[in-house]
Formats: sequence, C-alpha cells, structure tokens
Amino acid sequence: MIIDVLPRREINSAKKIEEVSGQNLSLCYQCGLCAGGCPAGFAMDLLPNQVLHLAQLGMWERITGSKTAWLCASCFVCTVRCPRGVDIAKLMEAVRCITLRQNINYVEPSKIAAETLAELPQVALVSSFRKHTA
Amino acid sequence: MDLSYYPGCTLKTKARNLADSTVASMAALGVNLVELPRWNCCGAVYGLTEDNLLHQLAPVRNLIRVREQGYSRVVTICSQCYHVLKRANRLMRTDPEKRKTVNSFMDEGVDYRGEVEVVHLLEVLRDDIGWKNLAQAVKIPLRGLKVAPYYGCTLLRPREIALDSPEMPTILDDLLHALGATPVYFPASTRCCGSFQVVADPDFTARCSREILDSALLSGAEALALSCPLCSFNLGSSQKELSQLHSDIRVVPVLYFTQLLAISLGLIPEVCRFELNDDESRLILQSKGILGEVPVETGKQG
Repeated sequence: MIIDVLPRREINSAKKIEEVSGQNLSLCYQCGLCAGGCPAGFAMDLLPNQVLHLAQLGMWERITGSKTAWLCASCFVCTVRCPRGVDIAKLMEAVRCITLRQNINYVEPSKIAAETLAELPQVALVSSFRKHTA
Repeated sequence: MDLSYYPGCTLKTKARNLADSTVASMAALGVNLVELPRWNCCGAVYGLTEDNLLHQLAPVRNLIRVREQGYSRVVTICSQCYHVLKRANRLMRTDPEKRKTVNSFMDEGVDYRGEVEVVHLLEVLRDDIGWKNLAQAVKIPLRGLKVAPYYGCTLLRPREIALDSPEMPTILDDLLHALGATPVYFPASTRCCGSFQVVADPDFTARCSREILDSALLSGAEALALSCPLCSFNLGSSQKELSQLHSDIRVVPVLYFTQLLAISLGLIPEVCRFELNDDESRLILQSKGILGEVPVETGKQG
C-alpha cells in the first residue's frame, strides 16, 4: 500500500524539479560532499544537500524561500564530486528556472547603474541575464 | 597550420589583451588562427535544463559554421566559450533525440552530429606544439617568476568536457614550466571566483575571489595566470576595491597565460595590451627583467 504522506501539490513540485533537471532526487543519501566543496556555501541559508532533502520531500516553498539556488554559480564542484551521480548544478538550475518561468526576475537589468554596465565584461552580463532573468 | 578560431564576445571588446596576445603568439609558433566568419555569442553559460533546448541553438550554430568552413576543429580561449561549445557539441554527439530537435531548428538539410572537435588553446599548445618544442621556441624565459596557475571551473568541470584532471590539473603548470616560469601549487587553483554573480552581488564575488588570491599569496605566488575574462575581472576588480579599503592587502598581479606566452616568445609587448591589465601586472614582469619599458596608458582597468 502506498501511503500518501505529502499534499499533492508538493508531490508535483518534486516531480517538476526531476523533470526540468533530469535528475533522480531519491539517489541522494545526504553525505554532504556537495556542501563541503561548495564555494558559495558561506553565504547560503540552506546548503546544497539540504535543498536536495527538501526537494525529495517536495517542500517547494522552503526551497523558493531560500537564496541558495540564486547564489549557485554553476561551478560544478558538487556535480563532479557527488558519489551518487546526482548533477546538483542541474538541480539548482531547475529551481531557478521554475521561478524564472513565472516571469520573476532575480536581477533587474534596468536597475543596474550605467557605470557598472560599462565596467562589466560582456561575459558577466550575458551569463547573469541567462541565469537570473526570465 | 590553419586553425578555425572562435573568439567570443569579450575577447573582441574588454579582453583584447587576451585576444591579441593569443593571435600573435600562435602566429609566432606557426599556427594561423582563422577567425570564424559570422560567429555569434555562445550564450556564455551552458543550458542545464532537460526540457529547454533553445539555449543549445547558439553554440551549435557556431559549430555548424566551423564545419561549413571545412575545418574539423575549432579553437577557443575564453573558458566560458570553451565550456559551452564543448558541452553543446557533446550533446549533439551523444543524444540522438535532442540532436534531432536541435537540427530541426537549423537550415534545411543541416544534419549536425558533433563532427567538429572543440579544443582550448592550452590543448593546442600541449598536443599540437608540445611542451618541448614550446620550450625551445622561448626567447625570454620567465626565470625567477613564481606564478599561480588558476584554472577556475569551466575548463575542468564537469568531467566529460575537462581538458585535464578535474581535481589535479597540470596543463597550465606545464605551460608555465615550459616558458621558464616557476608554477606555484596553491589549493584554490580550481576554486570558483563567483563568476556571473558579480552582477547581482559584487561583495559575494569579492569574498570568493579573496580566498583564491590569499591562497595564491600564501603559497608564495608573485602573479596569477588564467584564461577566463570573467575570472580576470572578478580577481582584478575585487583587489582594486579591497586595496583601497585596507592598505595592508597585497595586490596579486593577474595576467592571461597568453600574455606570458607572448612575452616569453620575444614578441613586442604591444600585443599584450597591458593597458587593459592592472599596472602591477606589467610592473612585476619589469621587476624581474623580463619586460622592458612599455609605453602604455596607465590607470585603465580592463
């Protein structure tokens, strides 16, 4: 017998993350290697393995309420080191994209000061807009 | 030898010091870099979602153009471009279903299957020129210069596109060694500089970059060599601000590996466009007697 312990909406959010990221969330066994190697960990309110745990549980609102996915710079240290083969960088991208696809920007290009725009290299702007705007 | 060359957006603007030193050095080594006609931006970051192939179109278009030009390889220098082009190419090689969808967006009759090989300039130096031959071509060895080879992220990760070992790379160390410099091992050589986060939160990237610079300094490095214009900006700009705030912070000169290559090959310093670097980058080379007086506009940050 399957016991449905989570509200249906939350089960769907876990499924959505798996769909967009192509990752099997249940592979994670919480070893924490992703968090240990993450260069952005110092600024994160939830460590990457905690996001994964919440994703397994389908607790979407806890995940979107956190800065973690937005601070991920896609450096792929977690992806390379995960002993279970979970591509955590793809999972973080899925979390960002599910929000961005609702037309919610993390960075507002119109609010960047003109002198900052002139100073930044193109590669920074293109990457930032690709990762942080809808 | 002619090689198809994909410069990417930043090499044509903010990182002329990377572009010009590359083209001149390779010409000196007998490699003619032929710029890909009508190239477009690769997208700078690789699309990581399974359900959206739109972001694969830009890099794949470039690869199709390389094939149209009759080349089997394309060389790129920017770490971000390398990463995106190499991964998009790999997708076209390994995923028949996605390949079909991506091809359906291209001109009729185009059936691209990842035939082109994407290589980084460091790979050309290692595999085509060879470290021994390169060492023989060096006219001004970078003797006595302790350089921290900074690899960053996108040349090495994920594993399937890495140009060297993802955890213990040596390719940049080997290059510096061939040029007569002393490569310095430092623990943060593959650590992320914070990347594009500099747009949303420069304080965050400053902290990421500081860890890398401190690690290089503690290991005895006098300069840092890299291949990415985004890393160069983050590592350079954080220093400018921090050294204004704290007078005790030592500045680490940040150079493109191709600038060190050009100087060691005895090319005129103008090809290095040092005016786009920090002043310290030029001064450290001059203090070692590697570089003479260079007429540059000072005080301009690249």
